[in-house]
Amino acid sequence: MARSFFNGRSGSRRRSFRSPTEDSAALKLTLSAIAIAFVGVFLVLPLLVVFTEAFAGGWGHVWTTITAPDSLAAIKLSLTAAAIAVPLNTVFGIAAAWAIAKFAFPGKTFLVTLIDLPFSVSPVVAGLIYVLVFGMQGWLGPTLAGYDIRVLFALPGIVLATIFVTFPFVARELIPLMVDQGRDEEEAAVSLGANGFQTFLRVTLPNIKWGLLYGILLCNARALGEFGAVSVLSGHIRGETNTMPLHVQLLYENYDYVGAFAIAAILAMLALLTLAVKSFLEWRFADELAASHRH
Amino acid sequence: MSAPGLSLIARPRSVLPGFRLSMGFTLFYLASLVLIPLMALVLRPFELSFEDLWTAVTATRTLGALRLSFGTALAAALIDSVFGLIIAWVLVRYCFFGKGLLDALIDLPFALPTAVAGIALSTLYAPNGWIGAVFMEYGIRIAYTPWGVLVAMTFIALPFTVRTIQPVMAELRGDAEEAAATLGATRFQILSRVVLPALLPAILTGIALAFARAAGEYGSIIFIAGNLPNISEIAPLLIVIKLEQYDYAGAAAIGAMMLLASFIMLLALNALQSWASKRR
Repeated sequence: MARSFFNGRSGSRRRSFRSPTEDSAALKLTLSAIAIAFVGVFLVLPLLVVFTEAFAGGWGHVWTTITAPDSLAAIKLSLTAAAIAVPLNTVFGIAAAWAIAKFAFPGKTFLVTLIDLPFSVSPVVAGLIYVLVFGMQGWLGPTLAGYDIRVLFALPGIVLATIFVTFPFVARELIPLMVDQGRDEEEAAVSLGANGFQTFLRVTLPNIKWGLLYGILLCNARALGEFGAVSVLSGHIRGETNTMPLHVQLLYENYDYVGAFAIAAILAMLALLTLAVKSFLEWRFADELAASHRH
Repeated sequence: MSAPGLSLIARPRSVLPGFRLSMGFTLFYLASLVLIPLMALVLRPFELSFEDLWTAVTATRTLGALRLSFGTALAAALIDSVFGLIIAWVLVRYCFFGKGLLDALIDLPFALPTAVAGIALSTLYAPNGWIGAVFMEYGIRIAYTPWGVLVAMTFIALPFTVRTIQPVMAELRGDAEEAAATLGATRFQILSRVVLPALLPAILTGIALAFARAAGEYGSIIFIAGNLPNISEIAPLLIVIKLEQYDYAGAAAIGAMMLLASFIMLLALNALQSWASKRR
């Protein structure tokens, strides 16, 4: 009897032995219900709509839309832009994290703020700045036109827009991770005679590989899905400069709702896959990611 | 690493190699892709005379768009801060079936392309949509009105508040709450006087991030907004419209206003962070 009293399991006494840092059952239930309802209405319902609308016309229609030449061209263009932008931003992210995490220099905080800057700029403004530089009334536009180089309304413009909006992803994942890890291991490698390349490949890379993958994953998802910045720079030429999200807009505005939602469903599947891999990395390799993702 | 420009960067005392190479590449890449193009936006409006610039920014349509973008973004950020706080609390403190799924779903607005979110929200809140039809019975239209803009902004900004508050909440130690309880505080007093003040910097940071994202958002909004000038036309859309009319200077003037707002938000965020680290 005494024992069950002290460990608080004697039925009627149970409530008074709730830890002071724990909420009452009623509050728990209310708050959980609010959280689940909000996520359900604002996040899950839109996702359900995408798949319901896509398959409203049956699998056949979805397949016809996806395999139409314009859709295939859009898929190819999106993949091409991501295949150029993501590796470039990855190299940048590694270089920036190496400089910032392994060395002391003045103005470091300012540099980190500048690297994060593209996240606080509207995607449309991101597109606008390249129009101002490369447009025919812009700084470089007339010169490049003289050499017959097109940036606006062509692949280079789309790639530039994609690079800008995905700029900080890899860097902001690696910087806190590599700052945490310090430089002891690299210094040991160098003092044992390893050169810089060997040190990076054999010591740093194994330490940051999961964080790097995490950054690349988010970078790639945004690269494939970017709409605003790319929309300003692409010129919307059907079958030529339309990426997948732009093709969704084109189909939707032409009242081909099933077609628009079919392409949207592919993008939504990619988003879900990204979330699944991201959650897996956070769960399995929590210790090897930046501290803010460990939960 | 004998590039003359890079010798200006003092080499820090470290046995590790590659500082000049990595720093040089970082600065070159950052300057050529981000800073110099942004300079184009900052300098471009000055090509207009002051009067022209003033006219471009204070035109009724421009002011209406800026007011809608920033005003609605603030409302969305505040809504998301309340629900973000509840969701973060549930995720950190409670244990229930499906919690992992709930946690993973929070990042959906990050991962889902904005155009996809836009057509989905537009279909959902249209007068014949699943949610729109319910509100239509009470005579409330959501899609193609400013309410649609609010819905889209609330959707897009939610992860920013949850993901800013969540890690700080997880680091809260129970000892302050236990101490408050031994001193006789009620649960409500503990939450409002011990827990909330500790979370305040994170909540404010979350609001600032959510506000910045919502104010600049384009893709998810244009489908649901209806885009009527002065009523439901957001500032980024007005930039696009001006560009399509080859009014580069007018587009740059609005773009510069939005960039100025981003800079102010960044400064506010940095100030918040130094305030928060001093409080610790």
